[in-house]
Amino acid sequence: MDFLNALVVLSNFVLIPAVAYGSQLALGALGVTLIYGILRFSNFAHGDTMAFGTMLVVLITYLFQSWGISLGPLPTALLALPFGILGCMLLVLFTDRAVYRFYRQQKAKPVVLVIVSMGVMFIMNGLVRFIIGPNDQRFADGERFIISVREFKQLTGLSEGLAIRTTQGITVVTAIIVVALLFWFLNRTRTGKSMRAYSDNEDLALLSGINPERVVLYTWLIVAALATVAGTLYGLDKTFKPFTYFQLLLPIFAAAIVGGLGNPLGAIAGGFVIAFSEVTITYAWKKVLKYLLPENLEPSSLMQLISTDYKFAVSFAILVIVLLFKPTGLFKGKSV
Amino acid sequence: MKKFLMASAATALMAGGAMADGHSVKLGVMLGFTGPIESLTPAMAAGAELAMSEVSESGKLLGGKKVMPVRADSTCVDSGAAAAAAERLVTSDGVKGIMGADCSGVTGAVLSNVALPNGVVMISPSATSPALSTAEDDGLFFRTAPSDERQGQVLAQVLQERGISEVAVTYTNNDYGKGLADSFSAAFVAAGGSITATTAHEDGKADYSAEVGALAAAGGDALVVAGYVDQGGPGVIRAALDTGAFDTFALPDGMIGAALEETFGDEIDGSIGTVPGSDAADASMVVEKVTAMGVDASGPYVGESYDAAALIMLAMQAAGSVEPGDYKAKVEMVANAPGEKIYPGELAKGLEILAAGGDIDYVGATAVELIGPGEAAGGYREIELKGGKIETVKFR
Repeated sequence: MDFLNALVVLSNFVLIPAVAYGSQLALGALGVTLIYGILRFSNFAHGDTMAFGTMLVVLITYLFQSWGISLGPLPTALLALPFGILGCMLLVLFTDRAVYRFYRQQKAKPVVLVIVSMGVMFIMNGLVRFIIGPNDQRFADGERFIISVREFKQLTGLSEGLAIRTTQGITVVTAIIVVALLFWFLNRTRTGKSMRAYSDNEDLALLSGINPERVVLYTWLIVAALATVAGTLYGLDKTFKPFTYFQLLLPIFAAAIVGGLGNPLGAIAGGFVIAFSEVTITYAWKKVLKYLLPENLEPSSLMQLISTDYKFAVSFAILVIVLLFKPTGLFKGKSV
Repeated sequence: MKKFLMASAATALMAGGAMADGHSVKLGVMLGFTGPIESLTPAMAAGAELAMSEVSESGKLLGGKKVMPVRADSTCVDSGAAAAAAERLVTSDGVKGIMGADCSGVTGAVLSNVALPNGVVMISPSATSPALSTAEDDGLFFRTAPSDERQGQVLAQVLQERGISEVAVTYTNNDYGKGLADSFSAAFVAAGGSITATTAHEDGKADYSAEVGALAAAGGDALVVAGYVDQGGPGVIRAALDTGAFDTFALPDGMIGAALEETFGDEIDGSIGTVPGSDAADASMVVEKVTAMGVDASGPYVGESYDAAALIMLAMQAAGSVEPGDYKAKVEMVANAPGEKIYPGELAKGLEILAAGGDIDYVGATAVELIGPGEAAGGYREIELKGGKIETVKFR
């Protein structure tokens, strides 16, 4: 019984939140890694692309709500998601035409493109705040819980409760579907294969007749979709506030680099590594240990390694360690 | 240095004198119209401006002077911006007194950087940090809100009386949150309770489940959330409810507002809170008039704002001068006994008595009684959430 209680506490506060957060990071990191693999630069505007896509979803959700359209127990935002993705695609295609294409034709160095992407980041940042404002937007509706603490306790008779929010469930399910689709696309379709070829060896790909502008176009479309999905899931699960998306850039990049930049599988692994490290290292283990250890060994302190204020420091630390010992990341990406 | 200060004070006064014509006097209304308590400040400003229009309409202030409010944004959190805004009020608008500021951190900054060098009286309706009791003020700074030293004690007492002896505390990481958490913890432990954990939370994050996870590990019968209702506070409560970590909350003044009812409905029924307020006085007249102006007056500090503005004007009348250097000594006199009691809506009567050389004891909307370093003695309203509504249990 004690063991079960410990497991429930652990799931409630560590496993479930970390899995949901990890899925959101993984989707974000996939976008970063695709850009890095195919367009060959680190896209700092990714966090704000997520914010832009999510903003569209939020606005369309509000519109649907005012029309009385809903998805029953599921959040209306899922219905608005395709429209948000379309809008976000238009925005990234526009920035590619207006900004990145120029530098691509100049054969600019990656570091120049990085700085350019920072400029784009600030503009998107301003755009989002200009349209929707800097405040919190709560757009989650529908059923809040798949199982709430009270129901779980009644169901199992355990003294500890477990809650799974609908948004956490949706996050994981959506992430699995999106990742499966992406891998199917990259490995099975002609366009996907040409994208991988272009990423592996640009000159060879060009010689074999692959149209580079087409590859770039598809990459941006996929990235816009990934960013909007990741941003919407994060916003549903937590809240939508433009500034937090800017802050998400750090864990997302940490995830992409830890997994190996340019390697999609690595991005997913990296997302979960970062999420689990952030949550487990800042978690106070007292309650779990109380159930597991014999009574006389019960800890009196909180058993918290570092305060939750240092959450972002964990991503930083992992980033530095990986870069020191395995610069290409866990899954052999390109070196940074 | 002293000469320089005198000189600059004199220029400030002259500049002010040049700007205000003989028939009007300007008062600053300095509140955080943007920032973490932006949903509370419109009603507070309306309260202060209500007192000013009441005095203007009476035509009894120093031979019929009109009082003109000048609003400035304190931002509640950005000391630099607040000091700049206050500087503008004093040097460019030529205000003779400031009703404000609101949050403790910016109030301290405005006091030491602007009010003190320029010799302007400040009466804050809502800065509650204990640290302000000991700040150097040359007798220029007053507050109609009590120090959090007192609120911490009252909140501790309320919890004890309800048989809650083990709590976890989380506070917003600034002067207000830290001061309140400290005074509460000291009082609660002294009364025999135990604090299982104290953690700060940063405002403006998307997700507080990690912070709540740590607090949940420590356990406790209730969670004390010393935060802001427009910032991280509701996020902390939401995370605690979702994970089943806590279902009872103890909420000090910054957390009490209409937004709380809107966000949580009956989910946090049984939670308790404390807001400055008193049954010796009746703020309903102020609240009604402010509501009639179309402003939501359900938040705290509306009456305090009315009183703060009223005190400045009554003190001017008592001193027979609008200059801060003259009337600062009269603030406590008009606020405290002896004298005729003055209730809200009776400012004209107070002005008349003072003009005739009499003495008044301003009660106002919140039973103002200034003690020690010019701060309110502090009555509190104990509230409880019942059926999704904030209800007053009793006064302390």
